[in-house]
Amino acid sequence: MFTNFMAWMDKRLPLTDAWNKHLAQYPAPKNFNFWYFFGSLAMLVLVNQILTGVWLTMSYEPSGDGAFASIEYIMRDVDYGWLLRYMHSTGASAFFIVVYLHMMRGLMYGSYQKPRELLWIFGMLIFLVLMAEAFMGYLLPWGNMSYWGAQVIISLFGTIPVIGDDLTLWIRGDYVISGATLNRFFALHVIALPLVLVILVFLHILALHEVGSNNPEGIEVKKKKGTIKPEEQSKFAFHKQYTEKYDIVDAIPFHPYYSVKDIMGVAGFLILFCWVMFFAPDGGGYFIEAPNFEPANGLKTPEHIVPVWYFGPFFTVLRIVPDPLLGTIAMFSAIIVLFLLPWFDRGVVKSVRYRSKLHLLNLIQFSISFIVLGVLGTMPATPTANMIGIVAAFGYFGFFVALWFYSKNEKCKPVPERVSH
Amino acid sequence: MSDVPVNNGRRRFLTAATAVVGGAGVVGVAVPFIGSWNPSARAKAAGAPVEVNVGKIEPGQLIRAEWRGKPVYVVRRTETTVSSLAKHDDQLRDPNSEKAQQPSYATNAYRSIKPEFMVALGVCTHLGCAPTHHGGDFDQFVEGVSEGFFCPCHGSKFDMAGRVFQGVPAPLNLVVPEHSFTSEDTLLIGVGQGEA
Repeated sequence: MFTNFMAWMDKRLPLTDAWNKHLAQYPAPKNFNFWYFFGSLAMLVLVNQILTGVWLTMSYEPSGDGAFASIEYIMRDVDYGWLLRYMHSTGASAFFIVVYLHMMRGLMYGSYQKPRELLWIFGMLIFLVLMAEAFMGYLLPWGNMSYWGAQVIISLFGTIPVIGDDLTLWIRGDYVISGATLNRFFALHVIALPLVLVILVFLHILALHEVGSNNPEGIEVKKKKGTIKPEEQSKFAFHKQYTEKYDIVDAIPFHPYYSVKDIMGVAGFLILFCWVMFFAPDGGGYFIEAPNFEPANGLKTPEHIVPVWYFGPFFTVLRIVPDPLLGTIAMFSAIIVLFLLPWFDRGVVKSVRYRSKLHLLNLIQFSISFIVLGVLGTMPATPTANMIGIVAAFGYFGFFVALWFYSKNEKCKPVPERVSH
Repeated sequence: MSDVPVNNGRRRFLTAATAVVGGAGVVGVAVPFIGSWNPSARAKAAGAPVEVNVGKIEPGQLIRAEWRGKPVYVVRRTETTVSSLAKHDDQLRDPNSEKAQQPSYATNAYRSIKPEFMVALGVCTHLGCAPTHHGGDFDQFVEGVSEGFFCPCHGSKFDMAGRVFQGVPAPLNLVVPEHSFTSEDTLLIGVGQGEA
């Protein structure tokens, strides 16, 4: 019965073929470690955000007069409304945690290097759209921090010479942030950007499966056709799209091997996620900030306007530059350099395991600088904080500059031919 | 197909012409989508000028009016305040109001029409927070200056004419909106002197 149904389907849609190509016969390197959890976890969180988001729109009212009250309604009167909202708000922070770790994995094992540059760029576009998505979503509860956070970010566009003021007026649709702004952000947050996000994720995975997964050793498991003796090739059956062009070694099918492993990751992740969701849904004031428990008020600025933690690093870069235009440029540069990472790195050895001590130290100082920038971004600006911020920003940008210089003639350890464990 | 004589020149012309027409269509159809993001007629109406009765403001007192959703600070400055304005010029970024942050009729030592009344947007020129008025204890921020505005967000400081101090994130003096006096005690915010 089922066989017949599948045969009927396969004649009309490459269903079994796609399943095999991307899951059951996709050759994944056999040595993935825990860093490889975060891609599938990001997918899980995306599904969580879409599902809870759709349910939240059923009770949310996107208007300047009704938004704040409708959040209270969701929290108090709608059955399980509190749970759906906390799944969504905790999910937003969780999204950035797993995405930052996912990116860190890419940095450590050189997953952005040739031939995976486009894969990396799709990933960065996802990150960029995710930031826009999170920023617009944060306005929707219409709390006072929502309002003033949006005020600060929109006024970044006002720093552009000549067109700045008209541009901010156009973005807001009013002389101040108002219900008009809220409504358009709602439309973008629930329809436009999620669509873009899903398409980009699709392209990200398509590009991944075209070039193949990297691994902690940074050794390709797809070898040139005809170079590997049949008895040394992987014993598993892989899709002909891969085996026609390559001899495959040290790989296992994604399903069931990594689908099962990823479920273990999901279990661990959900323990942490649920702990936050049930016992600290405001994330200690970092996931939902205290001023957001009062409604938006254009005449009352919260004492410290700080963005949600995941924008912290970029916000600090903005803040340490005295000139607003240069600050905005610096902030966007901090994102653009990430896009250009595949070209800053002129090395051929991928994994940090086989690269120089210098590269390891550079990577460590980059991670520390990024975390320091992030922590500073959630604290009020003081002269001391600014001084530390400047040092950390030098560390952040310095990573890329130093990488460009030393990666050309870097002294690396010999990279083995095969994944040996 | 292969037997049909091909006129490549004509084919290229037709392809290009179709692309241009299609492109013009795309540009045309983008107009309503982009245009709909402009402030609506309702938003524009809500942005109309506002009147403020300044007769009841005590000397040294600040009142907040709301114009286009932004706070407008109106202060009745005391004579001591007005006379002390000139004393800290060397600590300011733009003591003579050379940057166009005010209408021409307010480009003077007091940045206002009447020295007594300061009118300025309570919106920090750094990133749009609302600076707080410090009536007698401003010298904790700037030594020797007893009155001024301090922005709690990133620590920008302004004097009682809305002029920004040096060494703070805000680059410019506070904006003086278009305003005029329709009678001795009636301030109209949103319409400049000599207009309307």
